[in-house]
Amino acid sequence: MARNDYTIKSSKGEKAFDYVLLVLCLFLIVITVYPFLNVLAISLNDSMDTMRNVNFIIPRKFTLSNYTYIFKENDLGAAFTMSVVKTVVGTVIGVICTAMLAYVLSRKDFYFKKPFTILFIITMYVSGGLLPEYLLLTRTLNLGNNFWVYIIPGLIWVYNVILMRSFIEGLPIALQEAAKLDGANDFTIWLKVILPLCTPTIATVALFLAVGQWNSFMDTYLYARELPTLQYVLYQIMEQATIQIDPHQTSQLANAVSPMSVRMAITIVATVPILVVYPFLQKYFVGGMTLGAVKD
Amino acid sequence: MKKKKKETAVKEKFSLNLMWRQRYLLLMSVPFVIWLIIFKYVPLWGWTMAFQEVKPGTFALPVWERRFVGFDNFVKAFTDRLFPQTMVNTIAISILGIAIGTISSILFALILNELCFTKFKKLTQTVSYLPHFVSWVIIASIAKMLFNDGGAIDTMLNTKLHLMSTNSWVFWVVVCLINVWKEMGWDAIIYLSAMAGIDQGLYEAAKVDGANRFQRIWHVTLPCIKPTIIVLLIMSIGSALNVGMERQMLLSNSVVQDHAMVLSWFAYVRGIGNNNYGLGTAIGVFQSVVGVILLFIANKVAGLIGEDKLV
Repeated sequence: MARNDYTIKSSKGEKAFDYVLLVLCLFLIVITVYPFLNVLAISLNDSMDTMRNVNFIIPRKFTLSNYTYIFKENDLGAAFTMSVVKTVVGTVIGVICTAMLAYVLSRKDFYFKKPFTILFIITMYVSGGLLPEYLLLTRTLNLGNNFWVYIIPGLIWVYNVILMRSFIEGLPIALQEAAKLDGANDFTIWLKVILPLCTPTIATVALFLAVGQWNSFMDTYLYARELPTLQYVLYQIMEQATIQIDPHQTSQLANAVSPMSVRMAITIVATVPILVVYPFLQKYFVGGMTLGAVKD
Repeated sequence: MKKKKKETAVKEKFSLNLMWRQRYLLLMSVPFVIWLIIFKYVPLWGWTMAFQEVKPGTFALPVWERRFVGFDNFVKAFTDRLFPQTMVNTIAISILGIAIGTISSILFALILNELCFTKFKKLTQTVSYLPHFVSWVIIASIAKMLFNDGGAIDTMLNTKLHLMSTNSWVFWVVVCLINVWKEMGWDAIIYLSAMAGIDQGLYEAAKVDGANRFQRIWHVTLPCIKPTIIVLLIMSIGSALNVGMERQMLLSNSVVQDHAMVLSWFAYVRGIGNNNYGLGTAIGVFQSVVGVILLFIANKVAGLIGEDKLV
């Protein structure tokens, strides 16, 4: 895979080109990372001091008051809990359902394997669109502002089912047959034989679902504004031009924080969980992505 | 051929006995099929609303009791005062997005592929995926901090660029560039894996023939990943009208709204904002139908110019 093995005899110009590429990559790294560092620094900086100039990546006047402010004033605790609960519940239920369906659709002897697979795959290409879905969820099923509107409509992603199914199809069939001879039923085979072997794809699918749930914003915006998540709170704060400060409470004015600092602090709170799981993401996502690309 | 025969051999005829033996498999899949029908196929049935007058009061009526209006909703959508500008925005943003996005991720993949410092290559890749996993709300929050009037970029350069407050094509470019910043690294993965599959012997042969590095990229790497590029292009042309509402809504503000409005957002404004369900559905149907037509045209054109077709 390494390209340097074919540089049998390269000219000086080509050597110099290597360094041009290096500099280009450095530039790309800087423009990718700088905005995040900038946001982090602003969120940790005194908000009056930030007003002077916003271009810095090391806090000039370190303070945690922006964070204490957002958790006290914006009811961020509730939104944070909502985001976490939604992510955990959505991921756990989603993974179980995906794995179950993927196993059934991998069984060559299952009578409905083909029609069911086709039914699922069609939905990858045609969808009803915004309005019919909105009306179904809010009017017909009356799920508006119900917690389950976060979980049930997006329960299964067909892409994930296909990903997992191709993994299961790659497992040796002898394992299932042996379990069957021992008198195991199909559910037991799935639970005891297939699931333990599927850990890598389960990780991939779980991460896809978790990142999707954590980052989703339109579901709250369209269906459940009374159950705000972190993303939605951040959106609301972006929409507000200013934060009202009660003039009678001068003590509040003294440690007031600017809207900019508040926004940046919430941005960091909403980003950090992604950064924490990022090292795992890296490994499994890229594997999952190329697997899907090769198989289909 | 052989494989197919094997599969049919396994398949048994339908019988109650077979159903009973596969009861666990049925129990483990039928609930999801019911879920699928409710959440994916019922909305498709909702397309009938595009040809009816449906307002909040008449929504509860069964389909046959609502008033059929033929193509009235479509005519209303096309003659809407917002429609011409919305259409121009949608097409411009997606063409610009496809062009800049494809070129930049191919270039990025080429850079990584040519880079001979392996450790550094890994680092660059890791960093480049990061923005892909961050939500649009967060990206918008950061972008507004950087590009708003008097924001970080303005103070850094000590000018007023008005990147986020010019109600013109400038906003299209800004949106597309932010999208490139977010997705370039991720989109490059597929090109990189295509490049990894290229036979090293081709490079050796080119080298023996005296090709320099650029000539090797131009005559070996690019032709070898051309099928991948074509397939991805066909697919993105098929979804050219599906410019997401989320990104547009989050990055725009009231000043630039004229140039940020896209079809899906327009469907939301008319359908849910103005409570005209029939009109909103009609816009969505238009979007899907044109998408399918575009997909077929792109596929046909690829076939005509002698490239691999998608289907």
